[in-house]
Amino acid sequence: MAVIPVSRKPLSFAERTYIPQILGGLKITFKRMLKPAETMEYPEQRPEIPKHYRGVPTLVKDPNGREKCVSCQLCEFVCPPKAIRITPGEIPLDAPTGHVEKAPQAFDIDMLRCIYCGLCQEVCPEEAIFLQNQYSMTGYTRAEMVNHKDRLYELGGTLPDQHHKWDKKKAAEEHGNAH
Amino acid sequence: MDFFFQLPLWIQGIAKGLAVIAVLFPLAAACSMAERKISAWIQGRPGPNRTVVPWLAWIPIIVPFLQRLGVFQLAADGGKFVFKEDPVPGHVNKLYFIAAPVLAMIPALTTITIVPFGAYLNDVGQLVPIVLANVDIGLLAVLAISSLGVYSVILAGWASNSKYPFLGSIRASAQLISYELSMTLSVLPVFLWVNAPGGQGTLSLFDVVQVQSGQGFHFDSLWLGLWMPVSAFIFLVALFAETNRQPFDMAESEADLVGGFHTEYGAFKWSLFFVAEYAHMIVGSGVFTLLFLGGWNPLPGLPLTTVVHGLQHWISFAGHPLFMGVLGILIFLGKVGFFIFFFMWVRWTLPRFRYDQIMKIGWQKLLPLSIGNLIFYALLIALIQK
Ligand code: SF4
Ligand code: SF4
Repeated sequence: MAVIPVSRKPLSFAERTYIPQILGGLKITFKRMLKPAETMEYPEQRPEIPKHYRGVPTLVKDPNGREKCVSCQLCEFVCPPKAIRITPGEIPLDAPTGHVEKAPQAFDIDMLRCIYCGLCQEVCPEEAIFLQNQYSMTGYTRAEMVNHKDRLYELGGTLPDQHHKWDKKKAAEEHGNAH
Repeated sequence: MDFFFQLPLWIQGIAKGLAVIAVLFPLAAACSMAERKISAWIQGRPGPNRTVVPWLAWIPIIVPFLQRLGVFQLAADGGKFVFKEDPVPGHVNKLYFIAAPVLAMIPALTTITIVPFGAYLNDVGQLVPIVLANVDIGLLAVLAISSLGVYSVILAGWASNSKYPFLGSIRASAQLISYELSMTLSVLPVFLWVNAPGGQGTLSLFDVVQVQSGQGFHFDSLWLGLWMPVSAFIFLVALFAETNRQPFDMAESEADLVGGFHTEYGAFKWSLFFVAEYAHMIVGSGVFTLLFLGGWNPLPGLPLTTVVHGLQHWISFAGHPLFMGVLGILIFLGKVGFFIFFFMWVRWTLPRFRYDQIMKIGWQKLLPLSIGNLIFYALLIALIQK
């Protein structure tokens, strides 16, 4: 290996008195003192959340207000810390979305377990679960830290969706050419 | 005024003592607040700005302003120290452990009585210092008593019976003793100058200010800091070391000693050390102002008496002793305040020196410099004053 000798220059007299360096430092800190603060005063001022931020996982509805989750339980299966608990349920056949057949009866995400990995969003075949920009999650008890289904929908809201997969499927069925 | 001087001596003494406590404690608390605010500004943060007394919160403008300044935080912190549990660890020597913070307060509270912080003209036209105890030995008393502070550090470190406080106190005591030498040597030229041959010998701080109160830019009435800059510099550096402030805070040095000599202390006892440190800073800044920056005189060559005489043409009550006293105190406090700011400004700028560097600076640089300085000024003053 090449050895590069680095010569260390002896300190000059002025440097050995420390004084020029100290004065330089004082100048820098004084300038800093006159500038406005860099920090944000949190609850009043909130940071702008960057796009694609991975916050609290939430459930979303499609633009027609249909809940997108079909309780396939893939997310429950993939979730590394087992934060998700789903109780599958059925949609009665005579309901407007009866042909979707399934929706979760209960959907709980334990935010004390969730590690915000985003695998649930990755794995969901229905694009029903998203980690959105909700970053502040607090509670006084363990029970409060579990997000139930209604809370998940409340946090998630509606996301634009171009596919309308189930509407197309229904239309195709009615015209007699299922795929 | 007259009523006060007619009281028995012991009541006067107690009243003065209480006054010192009542002034010094809030002042030290205000210093700690200022410290936090200044550190925040230097680091680009807003600093403490949340605490507010709930039943005052409705008052507009003033209360929010004080809240932003963190004034209520100060009261909350003080209250916390009083009501917090005050633990005494099982492994300490109880008597000395409790004695140490008390001992820290004694020099801090005593030295301030000797510092004059203003002056007024009495009925006969004599300048009278505003000071609690106008003793002739002045500065000598300040130096002697404040150096007793080292005992509290040693005692705290020893009584704590644990290694970090012990190391901290050993370092601090070595440092305090080494820098005391240069400090004392650096003020000798000042008193050589003040005690002109033929006059009465004095070490009084008031007389030092009198020497600096000449009118106009005569050579012998300048502020001493202007014509003894090296003395002033050495004194200032030694002051940093004596008050255990960064970059010389060997007594604490949190990075390697947890909390230094007061690691084992908490709650009220700890706050006593804290108040003592700020009190030392206040007294030290005061003494520096008196020795080198003309005390209560507003500008070099422009003494307070001239200012007051000048103001008498404009304001009718300017001749009143009270006006002059208050003006003098305000000017003096302004200068002291600047120095306290300077202490904090330095603290949040510089890293701490290493222990060996401190000893090197103290013994190999500052001490020879102050001896050389003393010899130089001794010869110079001998030539001037003949
Ligand atoms: S983000 Fe990860 S840990 Fe959290 S619920 Fe989804 S899969 Fe589970
Ligand atoms: S959120 Fe997606 S992956 Fe999870 S159960 Fe519902 S449809 Fe399946």
